[in-house]
Amino acid sequence: MPLLQIREALRAAIDEEMGRDDRVFVMGEEVGYYDGAYKVTEGLLKKYGEKRVVDTPIAEAGFAGVGVGAAMAGLRPIIEFMTFNFSAVAFDQILNNAAKLRHLSNGQFTLPIVFRGPNAAAHMLSSTHSQAFESFYCGFPGVKVISVATPYDAKGLLKSAIRDDNPVIFFESEVMYSVKGEVPDEEYLIPIGKADIKRPGDDVTVITWGQGVAVALAAAQLCEADGLQCEVIDLRTLRPLDDEAVLTSVRKTNRAVLVYHGWPYGGTGAEISDRIQRLAFDHLDAPVERVCYEDVNMPYAENLENLVIPSPERAAEAIKRIAYVRV
Amino acid sequence: MSPPSAETSPAPVAGRDPDELRRLYTQMLRIRRFEEAAARAYTQGKISGFLHLYIGQEAIAVSTAELMKPGDRVVTTYRDHGFAVALGCDTGACMAELYGKKTGLVGGNGGSMHFFAKDHGLWGGYAIVGGHVPVAAGHAFASKYLGDGAVTLCFLGEGAMHIGATHEGMHLAGLWRLPIVFVIENNQYAMGTPLRRQTAVDDLTVRAPSYRLTSDRWVVRDVFETRARLAKAIDRARNDEQPGLVELLTYRFRGHSMSDPGKYRTKDEVEQWKERDPLFRAEAELRGQHGMSEEDLEAIDETVWGEMDDAVRFAEQSPHPEPEHRFLGHLVEDDLAAAAGHEPVQEGN
Ligand SMILES: Cc1ncc(C[n+]2csc(CCOP(=O)(O)OP(=O)(O)O)c2C)c(N)n1
Repeated sequence: MPLLQIREALRAAIDEEMGRDDRVFVMGEEVGYYDGAYKVTEGLLKKYGEKRVVDTPIAEAGFAGVGVGAAMAGLRPIIEFMTFNFSAVAFDQILNNAAKLRHLSNGQFTLPIVFRGPNAAAHMLSSTHSQAFESFYCGFPGVKVISVATPYDAKGLLKSAIRDDNPVIFFESEVMYSVKGEVPDEEYLIPIGKADIKRPGDDVTVITWGQGVAVALAAAQLCEADGLQCEVIDLRTLRPLDDEAVLTSVRKTNRAVLVYHGWPYGGTGAEISDRIQRLAFDHLDAPVERVCYEDVNMPYAENLENLVIPSPERAAEAIKRIAYVRV
Repeated sequence: MSPPSAETSPAPVAGRDPDELRRLYTQMLRIRRFEEAAARAYTQGKISGFLHLYIGQEAIAVSTAELMKPGDRVVTTYRDHGFAVALGCDTGACMAELYGKKTGLVGGNGGSMHFFAKDHGLWGGYAIVGGHVPVAAGHAFASKYLGDGAVTLCFLGEGAMHIGATHEGMHLAGLWRLPIVFVIENNQYAMGTPLRRQTAVDDLTVRAPSYRLTSDRWVVRDVFETRARLAKAIDRARNDEQPGLVELLTYRFRGHSMSDPGKYRTKDEVEQWKERDPLFRAEAELRGQHGMSEEDLEAIDETVWGEMDDAVRFAEQSPHPEPEHRFLGHLVEDDLAAAAGHEPVQEGN
């Protein structure tokens, strides 16, 4: 199987879907002539031309809204945010238009649109450029939310997102675009809403997504030295959540830790933790722990950023704590 | 793009005091050398994050600093080092911020894109395009409200002219006749996108009348001219309730940030703009019209490099912020609690 970077897997997904359906187009800042700020769309302008690979001015509310309008009129836009930090400017278009228009029109419109781009902290970009947006976008109905961590998942899920008839928020990561992994030559789709066990284990369930996956796997490695076998579940889709995958594992391990990029107050991590305590209360042997950002604005200084962002060590500590392993 | 007026005609020497020119030249050179020192540190892997250099645009920050009265404010973008240096911030503190050190301009919180030095009139480098424009209008609103006579100078790239916040901020400033001048630093590209693919017009000041802003527009090739014309706009905003929109045609000689190889423009184009470089032209004038010797020019450069070497040394030798620093400054209470020796409050942790 060929080894692809995540950026190449995403590009392959876009390329295949554009080839398959000429209503699919890409729009965003620097996606065309610049080949993408992070080179996800490299070569697509050359292949498909300006009509289908559309460079925009810096106008997120404008082009997100244009995407919504075009989707209502039958096109299938892929809107790239250079990073999700800039989607804050377009939040109204997603919250009040993309997520609501099907319901408001009582089903007269479908909104097959993907909003994609890198999310959460990269490295030393400070607070305005380091934010994890899943808690915002998972917090309201009318959208699906995906977060990928491997090239295989990136390709299969982006293809599904593009084919989905609903607005899909699709999170990538600046620091993961170069991560390599096997991607089959033949076409495949990964269903939205299905988690994936990235590492099986019986002792503690570690639930994660996006940048958290690598941290969780490293933490699982660290815990192995203490004889703890972690089951690492990569949610991949955050809305709708794959409750069954989470609960099946927790019923087996009786313990759960969440490892993710994002603030602790409310949001996706708190939601999962709530579901576990409600739906698997009788199976829990310890409180559900969350290892995420500290409740601070992201500092620029490297030594501070490293403390705020979840590390394998911090995750391993939490895992051992709820497994009552002396540390 | 081709600049609107003849650019090779030598600026008139009359009224151009050589000592003053030398002073302005030195200020511009300080910015350039600061940026070169920062670029070098970045290339050596000593600093990280995004680094947007001001090389080519120095005359704008230097002219602005000349015109500011106490209480006046500059609000700008992530391309903010030049203003910090021009406004008198310590270059060691600026460099230390790029290194993410405790001694940095904002204690290592913001890095290159988020410089703030209120006491020097630098009310911020903002990293979300256009987000600062209404905020700047808010500073001017406060000035009018308080009657403090201050003017706010809001700098933005031409790329920021196409986003909603900019429109709303300018609109309110015009509607409420606020003491503010919006200065577009049109360096021809927003990242890799040339102006012609950003907007359907090629003169951005056409928007001024729709906001009832005064306007002016020129190629920045001469620091004296830039200072004089900016002075007029500032004066109208300060004294005549006439907020303004100024478009400055300029150029950045480096990539958008350190990671941008700048493949979207030709060498010829860059060379053409280098001939308009105000720093280069000031040096030529000092050498030509004012007979300044090579040794004297080199001596200036040596002094300036000395300052930047000191800045780098200071940054490198400075300590990292203390770990507890990350809990400070989010709310007023954080700082009060820390002062009283209490543990930081962590919502949700
Ligand atoms: C809302 C928003 N969208 C996108 C970006 C990413 N970005 C940062 S700078 C930039 C280009 C800005 O160009 P311009 O305004 O001309 O200023 P210059 O960088 O040339 O000084 C872009 C797209 C951002 N910071 N904020």
